[in-house]
Amino acid sequence: MSDTNAKITEEIRAKARELLSSGEIAAFLGFTSGSLPMTTRPFVAKRPGDADKLIWNSFCVMNLANYLPALLESLEPPRGPKDPPPAGPLPKVGVVATGCCSRNIVVQMQERQVDRSRLVILGVSSRGMVDRKKVMAAAEGREPLKVEEGGHTLKVSGRDYELEIDRWSAVRDNCLTCAHNNPVISDYLIGPVSNRDVKDRFAQIEAIEAMPANARWKWFTDEIASCIRCYACRNACPLCYCPTCFVDDSRPQWVGKSTEPADTALFHILRAFHCAGRCTDCGACESACPMGIKMRLFTRKLSKDAFNLFGAEAGLDPQAQPPLATYRPDDPEEFLIVEEKK
Amino acid sequence: MEDKNLQSGTNLAASPTANWEPRIVAFLCNWCSYAGADLAGVSRFQYPPNIRIIRVPCSGRVSANMILDALKAGADGVLVSGCHPGDCHYISGNLHARRRFGLLKNFLEFLGIEPGRINFSWVSASEGEQFSEVVKKVTGRVKALGPTRRLVKEIRID
Ligand code: SF4
Ligand code: SF4
Ligand code: SF4
Repeated sequence: MSDTNAKITEEIRAKARELLSSGEIAAFLGFTSGSLPMTTRPFVAKRPGDADKLIWNSFCVMNLANYLPALLESLEPPRGPKDPPPAGPLPKVGVVATGCCSRNIVVQMQERQVDRSRLVILGVSSRGMVDRKKVMAAAEGREPLKVEEGGHTLKVSGRDYELEIDRWSAVRDNCLTCAHNNPVISDYLIGPVSNRDVKDRFAQIEAIEAMPANARWKWFTDEIASCIRCYACRNACPLCYCPTCFVDDSRPQWVGKSTEPADTALFHILRAFHCAGRCTDCGACESACPMGIKMRLFTRKLSKDAFNLFGAEAGLDPQAQPPLATYRPDDPEEFLIVEEKK
Repeated sequence: MEDKNLQSGTNLAASPTANWEPRIVAFLCNWCSYAGADLAGVSRFQYPPNIRIIRVPCSGRVSANMILDALKAGADGVLVSGCHPGDCHYISGNLHARRRFGLLKNFLEFLGIEPGRINFSWVSASEGEQFSEVVKKVTGRVKALGPTRRLVKEIRID
């Protein structure tokens, strides 16, 4: 483990222990190690002793905001659907949040999914999380049994090989172009603050836009061809909290249950569209996909347009309205057909 | 052969034959464009018989789901038409819709859906002639593109 990670881990543990033992929070949401190399799991500590299981490294790819609404609700005293909320303050939750995760918490605040006064946020500047699939590719199909993080390197070792790769070369695509890796809201800041400066953050999208329409269609259909419709991408996303997702609607049935290409395409188009103007490019969807589909490029295009057309960036200001929940009288409308009165 | 497809109830996609005519699903706002279509009829402004009108309470009611569902079912084109900005019966439904449609249109084109498959317009209740012009324009665009293939769910019935 690199020094920075070790230090951050120590600080997270100490703060979680302190908050839990003082009774300020009832639960602490962070990461613990997974069962395979390069994996982590979301972890809820409820006793001060559990705090030692918390960790911090370059593989904390899931978005913890995803678990907050349910965790907060589980700590409320049980009540019927029509009972009023209990009087007095409700138990609080502590949570570790990187830049994107903190922005997703802001989106959840805008959409009334979490109550800021019940959160204690430990902000951590992200150095960019590592994409397991990129490391696997560098190992050329050999199974990595151990991956050690140095300052700027990753030491991968397996049964009969050892490999050192540059950490930055394996960082996730979304992290490479992230312009908000410092938390936008937090109660405590942990670890060094980053001053990364990203210039062409929509370069990936511009490259696709420059292709002819038929090539784009081919890119899109090829990209999603291997999708098995497991919906892991949706489940990993903190924006997807609908009690009934459109994929489960049966009347009308927006998308069929099969992996028929049109159904899969519709699933991807609509899922991405539902995230328009709300997606923080946290990459949890892409990291969760078992098939390595780069569905982040779809939401990224929508973020680019929301930014260029409406000047909106998701999750920066808790007081702001999500861009599709509001309008301006002078919004662009060149695409509309308007016939002049004769 | 068109009828056979219609009867199957799942897929309207036509095969490209010499006398192919596009089928265009038009979502028209009850308060303006639907009345505009009505006026076009009453005033005998001609327009191509390719549109299949679905009346909706407001252009703001039309979601991406509905537009894509029409394409999935084999519509060769989609038209959504609502009130001019400032005239919405619900004050701002069309202005909210304008943002949504702008993003959706860009997004579908980004993924390689032909520009011209989905169209949006403002037509008021007094614009019968303009309505017929819009339908002519949209039908022309869709005809030039030919039958829809992308996003159509192919269910074989043989
Ligand atoms: S996680 Fe991947 S395979 Fe599963 S539904 Fe999403 S894109 Fe498809
Ligand atoms: S994909 Fe859309 S409908 Fe489904 S949970 Fe996400 S936002 Fe809701
Ligand atoms: S769509 Fe993907 S990148 Fe966007 S917020 Fe959801 S999980 Fe994160």
